[in-house]
Amino acid sequence: MSRTRTPVVTGWFAGEGDDFRLLGTRCSVCASVFFPREDAACRNPGCSGGELIEVSLSRRGRVWSYTDSRYRPPSPYVSDRELKWQPYALIAVELAAERLVVLGQTVPGVTVADLAVGMEVEVVPGVLNEDAETTWTTWHWRPTGVTA
Amino acid sequence: MTGEVAVLGAGMHPWGKWGRSFVEYGTAAAREALSDAGLDWRQVGSIVGADTVRGGYPGYVAGATFAKALGWQGARVASVYAACASGAQAVDTARAQILSGLADVVLVVGADAAPKGFFRPAGGDRHDDPDWLRFRVLGATNPTYFGLYARRRMAVHGDTLEDFAQVKVKNAAMGALNPNARYRKRVTAEEVAASAVVADPLRLLDICATSDGGAALVLSSMEFARRHGAADPVRIRAVSTVTPRYPTTVLDLPDIATDSALAVEPAAETFRASIARAAYEEAGVGPRDLSLAEVYDLSTALELQWYEDLGLCGEGGAAKLLAEGATAPGGRIPVNMSGGLSSFGEAVPAQAIAQVCELTRQLRGTAGARQVAGARVGVTANQGLFGHGSAVIAVR
Ligand SMILES: [Zn+2]
Repeated sequence: MSRTRTPVVTGWFAGEGDDFRLLGTRCSVCASVFFPREDAACRNPGCSGGELIEVSLSRRGRVWSYTDSRYRPPSPYVSDRELKWQPYALIAVELAAERLVVLGQTVPGVTVADLAVGMEVEVVPGVLNEDAETTWTTWHWRPTGVTA
Repeated sequence: MTGEVAVLGAGMHPWGKWGRSFVEYGTAAAREALSDAGLDWRQVGSIVGADTVRGGYPGYVAGATFAKALGWQGARVASVYAACASGAQAVDTARAQILSGLADVVLVVGADAAPKGFFRPAGGDRHDDPDWLRFRVLGATNPTYFGLYARRRMAVHGDTLEDFAQVKVKNAAMGALNPNARYRKRVTAEEVAASAVVADPLRLLDICATSDGGAALVLSSMEFARRHGAADPVRIRAVSTVTPRYPTTVLDLPDIATDSALAVEPAAETFRASIARAAYEEAGVGPRDLSLAEVYDLSTALELQWYEDLGLCGEGGAAKLLAEGATAPGGRIPVNMSGGLSSFGEAVPAQAIAQVCELTRQLRGTAGARQVAGARVGVTANQGLFGHGSAVIAVR
């Protein structure tokens, strides 16, 4: 019974363990970074438009804000309606080197009570959901002060 | 200054969960607006509808739907979609037609029958839609973003849950006075605190519900208004529909990330503040000239944010402004005297039009128990998903 591990979206992240990274693109002319990746054209209105090159984003950042989801979100979020709803926390994370903010779920078990604005977090591989054939993988944010 | 248009009529269908079609709500609102204007539908040269979604088919041709329900009479028709800003874009389209001489009298209509619970994207496997992706990948509902903003305000400005609750207390007290509001009960801070957490730190009573409802306006040229016997009508002096500027650095619905500020230094003002500024510049007024404001209180914390973005106070000063009573009835700048979305709920294509209906009543001095004494200048403000700005300034 082995499921195929498949990213929930193609090209947004890659790698395993400590090498796991979010992937974006960088404009070769103006150096703007895009996440989710922009492959068609640079969105800087003042840019003549360069080649968009895939880049890994910083592994660590700081909490810009956070919240949680006490009620089951509607589809297309996938959750087992047979099971009691378990809230999960979400963090918006500021990446200093890229000067952007990326939203993501926390690793399972981390709640809003464990979080604070400004706290350092790192990106780690995570599982979004599983069906009969597939384990859908995603990114999670984990406070660096938490070892779980 | 490109000129003004007259508001000859305003009408609404009461908001709630009525279980009927959006067409019915919009048509009722339109008939009330026409009657208020003292006009026959056949005198209307153009109808502009704010779009809704029916059966998962976005961009539904709402203008023609309402025209058919009112009785085909050959009017020019337009339909606009701009999410929560749809109503403001409908007003803007009507205004442009009037100022360019394409139409003398335009009927603007917005109505919706919203689904219960969270808003959700249309079906299918749509990896090219950021709105679909935020739900699929993160389960990030609209309240997720409201929760993020609220927590950020607490961390940066020291706002408290009690500050947020006081917004609800204020708006519910006004909703209790508004026959078109869905929720007509006063609410206490204790009730807000006792309601279930939806998206930490926000409670159920901090967050706006989904709703059914309709709103309509009859707009005309100033010349037509005079001929029609309306010597001193409420006038629309500005409509702001601006987009954001790159890079946007506040995480906004439905985005998973902000733009990067690496290549271009972000503007000093936020997107919401730029919506307001564009309206002020066009109208030639400033925050100090305002008699009242109708702002988009999708959450209690978001209403506080708008105080700052509208320039009613400095950055971080909103909770203090609220606590001083400046935004309450009788205050320096009363906000959401209609009861706000907190009392109405969201009927997306109608809400920006409903805000202008409230300004119209207030500026006419016919708002009854909600009346702001001597109201002369009012502003509405909201923001539509996907980068749609919306603010209207009306004067008397
Ligand atoms: Zn570029």
